[in-house]
Amino acid sequence: MSAVVNEFFENLGGRATGAIHRLGFASRFLLLTLRNSGMCLRRFSLVTREIYFTGALSLIIILVSGLFVGMVLGLQGYDTLERYGSSSALGVLVALSLVRELGPVVAGLLFASRAGSAITAEIGLMKATEQLAAMEMMAVDPIGRVIAPRFWAGVISMPLLAAMFSAMGVFGGYLVGVRLIGVDEGSFWSQMQAAVDFREDILNGVIKSLVFGIAVSWIAVFEGYDAPPTAEGVSGATTRTVVTSSLSILALDFMLTAFMFRGA
Amino acid sequence: MMKRKTLDLWVGVFVAIGLGALLFLALKVGNLASFSAEETYLVKANFDNIGGLKKRAPVKSAGVVVGRVEDIGFDTETYEATVAMAIDKRYEFPKDTSAKILTSGLLGEQYIGLTAGGDTAKLKNGDKIKITQSAVVLENLISQFLFSKAADGNKDSNSK
Amino acid sequence: MPTIPATDNLVEVENVNFAYDSRQILKGVNLNIRRGQVVAIMGLSGCGKTTLLRLIGGALRPNQGEVRVGGKAVSRLNHEELFALRRRMGMLFQFGALFTDMSCYDNVAFQMREHTDLPEEVIDDLVLMKLQAVGLRGAARLMPSELSGGMARRVALARTTALDPMLIMYDEPFAGLDPVSMGVIGQLIRRLNDSLGATSIIVTHDVAEALELVDYVYFMSDGVIVTQGNPEELRASDKPFVHQFVHGETDGPMPFHYPAEDYARDLQAAQG
Repeated sequence: MSAVVNEFFENLGGRATGAIHRLGFASRFLLLTLRNSGMCLRRFSLVTREIYFTGALSLIIILVSGLFVGMVLGLQGYDTLERYGSSSALGVLVALSLVRELGPVVAGLLFASRAGSAITAEIGLMKATEQLAAMEMMAVDPIGRVIAPRFWAGVISMPLLAAMFSAMGVFGGYLVGVRLIGVDEGSFWSQMQAAVDFREDILNGVIKSLVFGIAVSWIAVFEGYDAPPTAEGVSGATTRTVVTSSLSILALDFMLTAFMFRGA
Repeated sequence: MMKRKTLDLWVGVFVAIGLGALLFLALKVGNLASFSAEETYLVKANFDNIGGLKKRAPVKSAGVVVGRVEDIGFDTETYEATVAMAIDKRYEFPKDTSAKILTSGLLGEQYIGLTAGGDTAKLKNGDKIKITQSAVVLENLISQFLFSKAADGNKDSNSK
Repeated sequence: MPTIPATDNLVEVENVNFAYDSRQILKGVNLNIRRGQVVAIMGLSGCGKTTLLRLIGGALRPNQGEVRVGGKAVSRLNHEELFALRRRMGMLFQFGALFTDMSCYDNVAFQMREHTDLPEEVIDDLVLMKLQAVGLRGAARLMPSELSGGMARRVALARTTALDPMLIMYDEPFAGLDPVSMGVIGQLIRRLNDSLGATSIIVTHDVAEALELVDYVYFMSDGVIVTQGNPEELRASDKPFVHQFVHGETDGPMPFHYPAEDYARDLQAAQG
C-alpha cells in the first residue's frame, strides 16, 4: 500500500522537477536568443525572409478566418441583441469581442498551428540532419543565425496578423449586420466608435497579441532546438509546440484580461 | 538576386496590410480620430451618486459627444463623487452649464449629459460645474415605485 | 614507429577521456596528426570516432586530457578564439548536412558571406571555382533536395573547403554511397588535401576505400587506440584485431555482444 503511495509521489515529484528543469532550460535559451539577436537585427534581411514564411504565408488563412468569425458574430450578435431591442449595438458587440479577445486569441491559435509548427519542424529537421552542428563548425552561431531571426519574425508578425484578423472580422460583421440584415449603417459605426476606446481596447488588444507572439515564437523555436534528432522526435516536438502554445495563449489571455479590463 | 526582391515585396505587402488594419481599427473602429489629448480642457463636477459611470465614458451635449470622463474620485469631506471631464477645446460652455448622469437606453452605458445655461462667461480649464444631477439608481426607483404613497421624501433628484 | 618532431603535428590528442553522463566513450586516447597528411581513424560503429572529431572541433570538451590544434588547447579557448580557430577548420558531416533552404551555390557561398566582406562578384568566382573542383558547377542553382547522395556529399565537400581550411575533418564520408561515388569522394579528398596544402582526418569504418587513399591509420576499439601504422603495414598485419576488421568477421577480439550480465543468470532472473 505504502509502496503505491510512494510511487505516486515519486512520479509526481519526478514530473514536477522535470517540468521545472525544462522551464529553466527554456528560459536560458530565450536569454541566449535575445543576447545573440544582434546579428539578425543588423542584417535585417534575415528577419525579413522569416517574416515572409511566418507572416506573409499566413495571410490568407488569417484574412479568411477573420472574415468568417466576424460574419458569425454578426449573425449571432444580431439574434441576441434583437431580443433586447438593441440591435443597433451590433457594431459595439462585434468590434469589442474581436479587438479585445477573438482577434488576438484566434489569430494566436491559428498562428501557433500554421507558423509555430512549421518553425519547430524546420529547426528540428535542421538539427536532425546536423545542419545546426555544421553551422557551428563553420564558426557561425546557429542561435544568432537560425533561431533569433525566426523568433523576431514571429514577434513582429503576430500583432500584425491579429490586427488584420480583427479588421477583417469587423468588416465581416458589417457585411452581415448592415448589408445582409439591414442594421442601420450609421448607428453601427457610430455606436462602435463611441464604445471602443483606443487605449483601453485596441492598444490592449495589440499588447495581448504581442505577448502571444512572444510566447508562441519562444515555444516554437525552443521545441525545435530541443527536439530529439529523429523523425519521431521532430514530429513529437511539432505536436508539443501546437499544444503548449495553444494552452499558453489561453492561460495568458485570462491573466492579461484580468489585469487589463478589471473594473476599468 | 531576383528571389530576394520578390520576397521583400511580399513582406512589404504583408506589413502594409498589417499596419493598414491597425490604422483601420484605430480610426474607424476606435475613437482615436475624435479626440487627441492636447485639445481638451478639464472641468470638474461633484455628484451625490454616479451610479455605474466609468472612466472614459462619453460626455455628451444635445446628443453630441463633446468629451470623456477623465477621472473619478471620492471627496472625503463632502462624501460626494468627484468627476473630472476632458472636454474638446472646440466646444465652449457657459459657466452655469448643468451636468446630469444619464443612461443610453434602458440597459446601456452611463454617460454625462451637459445642458448649457445662459451665462456669457465660459467654462475654463479647472472650473467646476455647480449644477449636477445624480444617476438614477434602479433599486431606488423601484422602491420609490413600490412606496409611491410616501413619495414626498424624494431621494433621487436632489439638485444642489 | 619513428618519433615525429612536435612542431610537425597539427593535431595532438593527449590522454583524452570522455564520457556522456556515465557512459565512458574515450579512455585515454593518444594520437598525433602530421601536417599535410591524410589520416584515417577507423573502428566499428559506436567506438568513439565521431566523438573524437567533435573534441577536435571543440564541440565537446574532454573530461580529462588535452586536444591541441596548431599548438593551442582547444578546450581552453574562449568563444571568440574557438570560432576563430573553426574558421580555419572544415568538417564534412555524415550526410553532408547541406542547408536545405539554400541552393548549392548559396551553401558554398555561406561561409564567404558570413565571414568575409568580399564583394558578390568575387564570391561568385570563388563559388564557381569550388564547385568546378568537385565537378558540379552545372548544379549551382539546384536545391539540395534535387541532388543524389553522392552529389550532395560533393557539394558539401565544396562548402567545407570554401575558406581553404588548414584542417579538414570527414565524418564517415563514404557512408551510404554507391561504389562509383565512393571512389569519386575518395579521390576528391586526396586531391583537395594536396592542392590546398591542408591536413585531413577521415573517420570511417570503410576499410578498403580508406586504405587506398590515406597516409596513416589509427584503429580504435572500445575507446582506445589499439593499432596504428601506414596502409601497407596494416594490410600485412597479422594481428587478430586488424584481421577481424579488414575481413569483416562477426566475432573476434571485438566482441559481438554488448557487455551484459551472465546470460543464464539474466534468463533465470527474468523467470523470477
